[in-house]
Amino acid sequence: MNWIIFKKNEKINALDIKTLDIRQIKEDVKKFNFRPVGFFGKQEFENVRLYVVLADDKKGEFYVTSALFSKEDKTYPCFSDELPQFHLFEREFYEQFNIEPVNHPWLKPVRINQENYEFFKMQGENIHEVSVGPIHAGVIEPGHFRFMCQGEKVYELEIMLGFQHRGIENMMLKNPSNRLAESISGDSAVAHNMAYSEVLETLSDTKIPEKAEIIRRVALEAERIAIHIGDMGAIAGDMAYLPGASIFGVTRTLIINTMLEITGSRFSRGLINTGGVNYDITNEQISKFIKTLNEVETTVRRTTDVMLKTSSCISRMEKTGVVSQETIASLGAVGMAARASGVNLDSRFDFCDILYKKYKKQEFNGQGDVYSRFKLRYKEILYSIKILKDLLEKLKNNNDILSVKPERLSSNSFALSITEGWRGEVIHIAITGKDGELIRYKIKDPSFNNWYVLSMAVRNNGISDFPLCNKSFNLSYSGFDL
Amino acid sequence: MFTDTLKLKYFQKSQYIKDIKNAPIKESFRGYPVLKGGEIDPSICKTGALINNPLSIDMGKCTFCGDCNGECVKFTNKYKLATTSREKLIVAENTAYEDFEKIAIKSREEIKKVFSHSIKLRQVSAGGCNGCEMELNACSNCNFDMGRFGIDFVASPRHADGLVITGCLTKNMAYALEDCYKSTPNPKIVILAGACAISGGIFQNSTELNREFLEKYKIDLYIPGCPVHPLTFINAILDFISK
Repeated sequence: MNWIIFKKNEKINALDIKTLDIRQIKEDVKKFNFRPVGFFGKQEFENVRLYVVLADDKKGEFYVTSALFSKEDKTYPCFSDELPQFHLFEREFYEQFNIEPVNHPWLKPVRINQENYEFFKMQGENIHEVSVGPIHAGVIEPGHFRFMCQGEKVYELEIMLGFQHRGIENMMLKNPSNRLAESISGDSAVAHNMAYSEVLETLSDTKIPEKAEIIRRVALEAERIAIHIGDMGAIAGDMAYLPGASIFGVTRTLIINTMLEITGSRFSRGLINTGGVNYDITNEQISKFIKTLNEVETTVRRTTDVMLKTSSCISRMEKTGVVSQETIASLGAVGMAARASGVNLDSRFDFCDILYKKYKKQEFNGQGDVYSRFKLRYKEILYSIKILKDLLEKLKNNNDILSVKPERLSSNSFALSITEGWRGEVIHIAITGKDGELIRYKIKDPSFNNWYVLSMAVRNNGISDFPLCNKSFNLSYSGFDL
Repeated sequence: MFTDTLKLKYFQKSQYIKDIKNAPIKESFRGYPVLKGGEIDPSICKTGALINNPLSIDMGKCTFCGDCNGECVKFTNKYKLATTSREKLIVAENTAYEDFEKIAIKSREEIKKVFSHSIKLRQVSAGGCNGCEMELNACSNCNFDMGRFGIDFVASPRHADGLVITGCLTKNMAYALEDCYKSTPNPKIVILAGACAISGGIFQNSTELNREFLEKYKIDLYIPGCPVHPLTFINAILDFISK
């Protein structure tokens, strides 16, 4: 076998990873029909090693292999012509190592060299261009959108990102820390910090106490609930249904203030450290938390019920920003956006997590429109509340320790961790060198896969529906830009 | 349908914070640090905010992560942390919060005269993590409702009295930020919100930053936090503009 099969949080020897011909890799990928989760280079003296990591969602396994490019090898036949889900991975690889995928259909800058960015242009008498950003009208992150419209109708939306590029992957090599991981994307602070901690714990063979595992998942589910509620409020606001916007806004505060009480930060920053967690949840806090969750559940149910009975809301949401199941599959979209279109990927259940074992993956037959994404968020909130209550019950009178001291990282190792944040799978991959130092750190936020889906969603919609489509995904600029 | 909506409002009752200047906050909130003295391993602090001999914490760099919390450093839940000069953000040993509060915000008479009832701000996110943006959005929700004090975020720099900058000022945002500054009519104020904007925060050693903007233009107000808590932000602006 030319590929190494491994599970999440499993350490493998980096030197065992085979070197294949790049054409062979492409043939294998087509044969396996798995989706890519990693496609990144690493400098090896004068050569560049390209790692390809695939995910088998049915079995919950990952496949990894590599290809080597010598100093003279500056091109290879691209994957994207037949496997479009690789398009952004190949662009990123080209940008970082200057090895060109020949025949790539859309070889544009990803995060740097923005002055060389050429936008797609349509021509014709009635065609007009709308350009928005990088600074937007609201208090949000920077990004540039270029619409090609005929009248009100959007034919093409091109999204140019990279304004938030801070070079996190390189900073991780020099000075890795939990605080840096939390700042990859502020609304997924727990998901990223958890993925970072797990990958380092795997590389250092550290086994953390079960109680810490539970507390981490409490924070993860709380984050999911809080952000989903906040986004439902934002969707309501974009539809000019202001009672929804106000009520969801204040309901979100209940959850994040509970996290403030436990961790000292509204977004659970400073909670997770490599080796465990920093804060305990007392019995008193648990009963208060459960009471808050009940209150939140009642409010969310009541408000959503009214909203879904209000015709002005339904007419804005239904059949707006439709993304088909085929588009999702071919672009390799993940997480909540994929689930709303009927592609049921959820790494909590696909890649066996022992604490989620007793729960079933929820079935959701979405149509891929804004309505489906709204409804899915609602269902996920209710399900997460249920899971969260169970997790909290487990913490009652649990006197286990909170953390252990992490060991040194092993040398020449490769590990991958996957955490289901509210937006989708957060993947961190780390490779260590011969002294156990990190020599490559790769982060993949779900937004990396999903930004292109937003472009597809807006096609053939009125331009005035763009904010609504955008908010229904609420993708991360910082998670993409790194 | 209409009655259903009214019922929703009835169940919510009123949830706004009446006295925003003295609003209670959870004990666990990490705000103003009180330093007892002593020595701490400086490698514990990932942003270099902690300095030994004598012990001090630079709130402009501090992410309030609590890793140094212990015998020598104790984070209190005091949330009014903003200052009008960069030096005042550095907390020395045994500086009581009351002493800090007295000198923290000293704004000019003209500002108080012109803006005391209304100030419109344009926010620019220049390369952060979205944490500060979420908190600034929360300032306008029904709990904090800063609109009642005449403080608002506006859509265009042309309508603004000043800029609120969040994020660590990346190379890619340098042009847009400067452009936005130039589009704001004079006279204007510049506010830095969050550890990233003030010092680069956790990203201060990144090679992808371009912080020349801060050398070129005068900064009027520094609001620390990671992210900035809505109470910190609103109180900072209120103290800055009110007579």
